[in-house]
Amino acid sequence: MGWNSLEQLAISFPLADLQKSLTNFQSQLKENITTLFDNPFFDEKRPPVQAEVVIVGGGVMGWSVAYWLKALEPRKNALRVLVVERDPTYSRASTVLSVGGIRQQFSLPENIQMSRYSAYFLRTVNEHLGVMNEPPIDIQFNPSGYLFLATEERAAMLEENVNIQRAEGAEVILLSPTQLKKKFPWLNTDGVALASYGLEDEGWFDPWSLLTAFRRKAISMGVHHCCGEVTSFTMAFCNSVTPVGEELMVSRIKYACIQMPDSLEYHEVACALVVNAAGAWSRKLAEIAEVETSSSKTKKIFKLPVEPKKRYVYVWHSPDGPGLNCPILIDTSGAYFRREGLGSNYLGGMSPTKDEEPDIQDLEVDHEFFQEKVWPKLAHRVPAFESLKVKGSWAGYYDYNTYDQNAVLSVHPVVMNMVIVTGRFWRGTLSDFPTGLKPTLKMEPWPRQEDHIAPARD
Amino acid sequence: MQWRELRRGRALRRQNTENAYIQNHYGDDVTAAHFVLSNGGGARFKDQSHWVRAGKNAMAGLLPYLDDPKSRPVVAIDLSGSSLTCTGLENLVWLKHLEFLDLSACPHLDDWALTRLHPLGETLCHLSLARCPRITERGLACLHLLPNLLHLDVSELPAVAQQGLMCILLEDMLPNCQILGLKEAPPPPLAGSQSQPGVGSH
Repeated sequence: MGWNSLEQLAISFPLADLQKSLTNFQSQLKENITTLFDNPFFDEKRPPVQAEVVIVGGGVMGWSVAYWLKALEPRKNALRVLVVERDPTYSRASTVLSVGGIRQQFSLPENIQMSRYSAYFLRTVNEHLGVMNEPPIDIQFNPSGYLFLATEERAAMLEENVNIQRAEGAEVILLSPTQLKKKFPWLNTDGVALASYGLEDEGWFDPWSLLTAFRRKAISMGVHHCCGEVTSFTMAFCNSVTPVGEELMVSRIKYACIQMPDSLEYHEVACALVVNAAGAWSRKLAEIAEVETSSSKTKKIFKLPVEPKKRYVYVWHSPDGPGLNCPILIDTSGAYFRREGLGSNYLGGMSPTKDEEPDIQDLEVDHEFFQEKVWPKLAHRVPAFESLKVKGSWAGYYDYNTYDQNAVLSVHPVVMNMVIVTGRFWRGTLSDFPTGLKPTLKMEPWPRQEDHIAPARD
Repeated sequence: MQWRELRRGRALRRQNTENAYIQNHYGDDVTAAHFVLSNGGGARFKDQSHWVRAGKNAMAGLLPYLDDPKSRPVVAIDLSGSSLTCTGLENLVWLKHLEFLDLSACPHLDDWALTRLHPLGETLCHLSLARCPRITERGLACLHLLPNLLHLDVSELPAVAQQGLMCILLEDMLPNCQILGLKEAPPPPLAGSQSQPGVGSH
């Protein structure tokens, strides 16, 4: 067809227009060639009809689950893994909107261990996620440490936490106000009784490069991915009895129904396991499965206690601000900031109180919040921030675990084959992505991790 | 071939492991000295002016120091050009009297490794990181954990962006320290002079 049209074009137009008609012909040919390849063998857009594991959510959690599944599978190509992501531009994903910090200063030993493993993983990221013939991964890690400030009332708790952290092997030191002033002369130590500073393996990095590294490696290992939204599940139900004698309806997901973007087309993927890595939307996804499972006999409704919360990050320029030795500072009031680059730019924010929780419908930024709530606290702590100019801001979602603010990494209690991997927010700390998933995906009962999912008793 | 990379990685890890036997029997200084000698570097002990370097056998060079390890601590280490990594530094950082550390031209030393130097903060006075290809300005920011540094050599670091600005910021951060290297780049050639033919794609 192509050659005929060229002849026709050459005959009908004069030679002066030949260039134009040739480009015309080229574009027509290109169109026809792509339709040649538009068949299920080549089309990555459609998901496969069957996949052992369907991971809903293409953020860093979802892709790291996919990577570890492939890295730990018992035989090559034993598992077909599919990652479903609704928004390929990641415009609302928590991963790319996060501040990108990593720290070991937690109060639970499990969190500290997971974070230490994450630091090891990031240190050796090219060994794990390196792909042949691709450039080496650079996550742009800034090893500047986290500095937590505490008032008199919270000093005892801070010291206890530091002892736990040091027992787990994290390098954290306690600083008195005089030592703080000596180390960080730009800091105002008013009201600070004690501070803890992380010396090793703490700082911030670029979450986008990590996400693309995980994606690239997982795809090179054979993980399928498609753009679409999981809108419903086809499930099978069974009545069972709990150890205390109550009747309970349990279910299994048989098929995940994926709606293609901007069309009425949908595909059902037969699956053995569904991983809920949807971040701020994990509750919505879990509800799709739970609603069908809740039984009127037991009157027990299991709700995933993870809610999306909107948080703002502001970027400002302050010419006399702290220099190179500026860690991520978490103030006694909850405000935080860190240095960004070498040009006296800083970024930070604050978690609002319960009454001031912003609406989660969109990602619009409230500038008044910075002027009235965040700036005074930061200016009190760092006098150089009295003169600053806000350069920009953005908002992102946290997947906030309302039960105890820890990660939810376990199997759903009634939907037998939904694994939940969410609840990890902490101002965008991405400390747990590899470790949290490594043991889960051996498909064994988790040895040490506590099960944070609690049935909400309505 | 991927297995070649794996083998190289394994060899690197083996070279950088910690030797628990020597540490338990002879202490930190001898462990550090043994590690340094087996990686092709040199060590200098207290009250000595000559460097101990590896002969045929790393331990043979250390025999005179094994009798009373505590009386002759290691004060200077030269590991330039060695395949030292972040894990290998664990052998060196627990020394109580180390004043001089030369880590120039180590190809595997990166920003993560610089965070490991903090235990040497009290004694370290001279540090050289010249010509290390993987060290960037982000790693240099954590050198504030070495407040007693008098002399820092950061010349010819290819991965550090904005070298002039970094020099000023480092001088602010370490006021007592003399910073070598990272001076302003030479000014660009004038418009009238001849340009170099075909260099890169600029």
